Amino acid sequence: MSEPASEPILVVDALSGRIAGQQVIEDIAFEVPATGVTALLGRNGVGKTSTIKSILGLIERTGDVRLAGERIDALPTHRIVQRGVGYVPEDREVFGQLTVAENLRLAERDAAPRRELVERLFPDLVARRAQRAGTLSGGQQQMVSLARALVNENRLLLVDEPTKGLAPRIVDEVAVALAEAAQTVPILLVEQNLRVVRRLAERVVVLSGGRVVFTGTAVEFLDDEELIHRHLGVHDASEAA
Amino acid sequence: MTRNKTLWLAVGGVLLVVLLAVLPLLAIEIPGVLPGPTYTPGTLQLIAYAMLIAALALSYRMMFGLAGLLSFGHALFFAAGAYGLGMTLDAFGPAEWPSELIFLGSIVVTLAAGFVLAATVGALALRVTGISFAMVTLAFAQAGSVLIRRNPGGATGGDEGLALDIEHVPGALVGVLNTRNLYWVALGVLVFVYLVVLWVEQSRAGHVAAATRENELRVRVLGLRPYNVKLLIFIVASVLAAVAGMGYLLLQSGAAPRVATADFTLTLLVIVVLGGVGYRWGAIVGGIVYTLLDQRLTALAGSEFIAGLPAVLRVPLSEPLFILGTLFILVVLFLPGGIAGIPQRIRSGRASHPAESEEVADA
Amino acid sequence: MSTIVLLLITGLGLGALYFLVASGLSLIYGLMGVLNFAHGSFLTISAFLGWEVGRRVSDGTWWGLAISAIVGIAVGAIVAALTEYLLIRRLYERHIEQALVTVGLSLATVALFEGIWGTDPIYTARPEWLTQTTEILGAKIPNDRFLLIACAVIVLGGIVLFLKRTRYGLIIRAGVENRQMVTALGIDVRRSFTLVFAIGGAAAGLGGVLASVYYGYVSAHLGSVLLIFAFIVTVIGGLGSLTGAAVASVLVAVLQQFANYYLGGTGDLVVVVALAAVLLIRPRGLMGKIA
Repeated sequence: MSEPASEPILVVDALSGRIAGQQVIEDIAFEVPATGVTALLGRNGVGKTSTIKSILGLIERTGDVRLAGERIDALPTHRIVQRGVGYVPEDREVFGQLTVAENLRLAERDAAPRRELVERLFPDLVARRAQRAGTLSGGQQQMVSLARALVNENRLLLVDEPTKGLAPRIVDEVAVALAEAAQTVPILLVEQNLRVVRRLAERVVVLSGGRVVFTGTAVEFLDDEELIHRHLGVHDASEAA
Repeated sequence: MTRNKTLWLAVGGVLLVVLLAVLPLLAIEIPGVLPGPTYTPGTLQLIAYAMLIAALALSYRMMFGLAGLLSFGHALFFAAGAYGLGMTLDAFGPAEWPSELIFLGSIVVTLAAGFVLAATVGALALRVTGISFAMVTLAFAQAGSVLIRRNPGGATGGDEGLALDIEHVPGALVGVLNTRNLYWVALGVLVFVYLVVLWVEQSRAGHVAAATRENELRVRVLGLRPYNVKLLIFIVASVLAAVAGMGYLLLQSGAAPRVATADFTLTLLVIVVLGGVGYRWGAIVGGIVYTLLDQRLTALAGSEFIAGLPAVLRVPLSEPLFILGTLFILVVLFLPGGIAGIPQRIRSGRASHPAESEEVADA
Repeated sequence: MSTIVLLLITGLGLGALYFLVASGLSLIYGLMGVLNFAHGSFLTISAFLGWEVGRRVSDGTWWGLAISAIVGIAVGAIVAALTEYLLIRRLYERHIEQALVTVGLSLATVALFEGIWGTDPIYTARPEWLTQTTEILGAKIPNDRFLLIACAVIVLGGIVLFLKRTRYGLIIRAGVENRQMVTALGIDVRRSFTLVFAIGGAAAGLGGVLASVYYGYVSAHLGSVLLIFAFIVTVIGGLGSLTGAAVASVLVAVLQQFANYYLGGTGDLVVVVALAAVLLIRPRGLMGKIA
């Protein structure tokens, strides 16, 4: 088990979140190292998305969340993002009425946005700059959503189920883009597809019943069928792919 | 413990009703609040009017506070009661039947018409939720208001209002000398509306309605049809409004087109929020406080004290609605529980929001 | 034929007024979820102050009317922005309370206007050309209709340009669609709330001055009457859709004119029936996002 050498980029402690007054996660604690991909795993409805949204302040939350040592749990969402947190939401959430170009322009926070990087990673989008994002395929929308996060220089990416409902070929493309992004920025990744997790993640955090039940290296978890079965309810890692 | 509390509340309620019932026989004076001793027709008229408004506000609160239905068209049903009864009495005109039968018959016809109107408007408006629902009810009420002002066939009296045709009205309910009886009718209407509202709230439908307000999706998952329950609440509240409207017609010996306007519904909303949306008696307190305040502020506006002020103060202070509107804004901003929520706030030391419901807003 | 032309153009003129009120309502609702009952008051105060300043500068001339319009636009924008900043913002995300505050504001301000300017309409002087008519296809069209239509078209064009060409416009369009995601891109969406109120208020302010031209008077209830039709227009057009508001404004006003003429003055009722029909067939309105 290799401990990350430097300070973790994100430290979450005693995090609880509520939606419409209902507690959805309780007393969550974990860390995201300053490099590589950390996967947040768990069965459906276990609170993975709620954890991400709580970190971002998109739902009502309490707890101690630190980004590179700085408390961010009382900040409004836009201030957290401005501190260098990129967010790729579940279900992409592109602005369907806006064009691809407008979606990207809206996301640009930096003085020198990394347009070339985005264009290199997603050549498909270049040709469709003037197209309304709502008319794109699911895979293309996911590209837009990823591009919105990658166009800025971030200190952390929160990526929520980027391969959900995509064709295998597109899943590969998304994984390639994430792998490249992970070279320069740490990622907290929610992902159901264990093949993608195996390919990208170094560490995993597993949730069950709104709490953290396992933290460790990805290999350690993914090679233990017993653990996978107990926490994710699948028999074989390949089955989920 | 809670049973004891309920018992005390019931006893207190009965005592309060008894006290209100004997008020016309007493000579209580509250200077500054009531225009004269409680046995005088003027004061009885004012209190009776306040009680009818309170009854109307109660029915409105049942929709808004319990079921989360923000309607801007409740005035329509109050007006339907007032104008319906007035027009039916007119229409029966020179019949050979005994007056009592015509009077009762007119009430039944008005109630039936109110029911049909409520079912129609409700069934249509409830196809949408939240703010759209509010606007649709507003539009229907506006149509009603326009119809009344337009005076089709001379039936509604247009801008002049409708005068009550007393030919078939029991003698005991006519004339200044009988204000006392009308006062008792108004009290009866208030008690009746209160009991119906209480009954509905504690029925299964009431619980489902409250649950729907909090979380419609969960109610659907449980296999219940929120639409039906909401429609039921809408109809009951509307028919109760019509009952209050009939009381208003008798008390005022007529109906003014003002009671059909959107402003009148907005006034109701002000009353309910002022009193406290989360509390049944909040609507009653709100209705009575508002009516008395309105009356006293109007009296104040005409007073010499106000006339002597410089224009900057005189103009706003001589407009009761300006003061009430401002008061209302302050209540919404700083006193979310309304008047009825004050004891709760003092006890718990924090703001409570019994009727806050995102479901209504996030349409 | 000439009657039809007259009704059509008059309907367009009235529709222009509806649009000036409804555009702001629709944008405000679309972005913030606030149903703004005070919008009529923005219109009324602008009409009064525009008239007060305009008549002192030059009563009944084009110059006076231009001054009125500028004052009206400025007053509408400022009053609306202040309303958002002082009252609405304090109740962030509590939509019912926000609507209630605007209800209170509308009641209080109408009463205040009555206190200051009285309850009766005050008749206003207009440039002479506006009181004359122009003949089109045999129909004598009052000239003020052309002014209304031209102004509404300019406002529509201006708002569309603003929305399409500026960063704030981009934020507003995105916010109407998905406000939360806009904040998740690191944008303080609340800043654009004040702006949207100001734009809506400016349009309503111009609407107020033009309404006093169209009706020939100013009164404390000028805004309340238009507001109800603007609500209907907004629902029919689809909440949050500017184009929807524009199309519905014209449809509603033209329908109203025709019903008033051919169906014995039933214009208001027909509009309500149309609203019911739209809701039955298409509850989210002509061009609205899914409710």
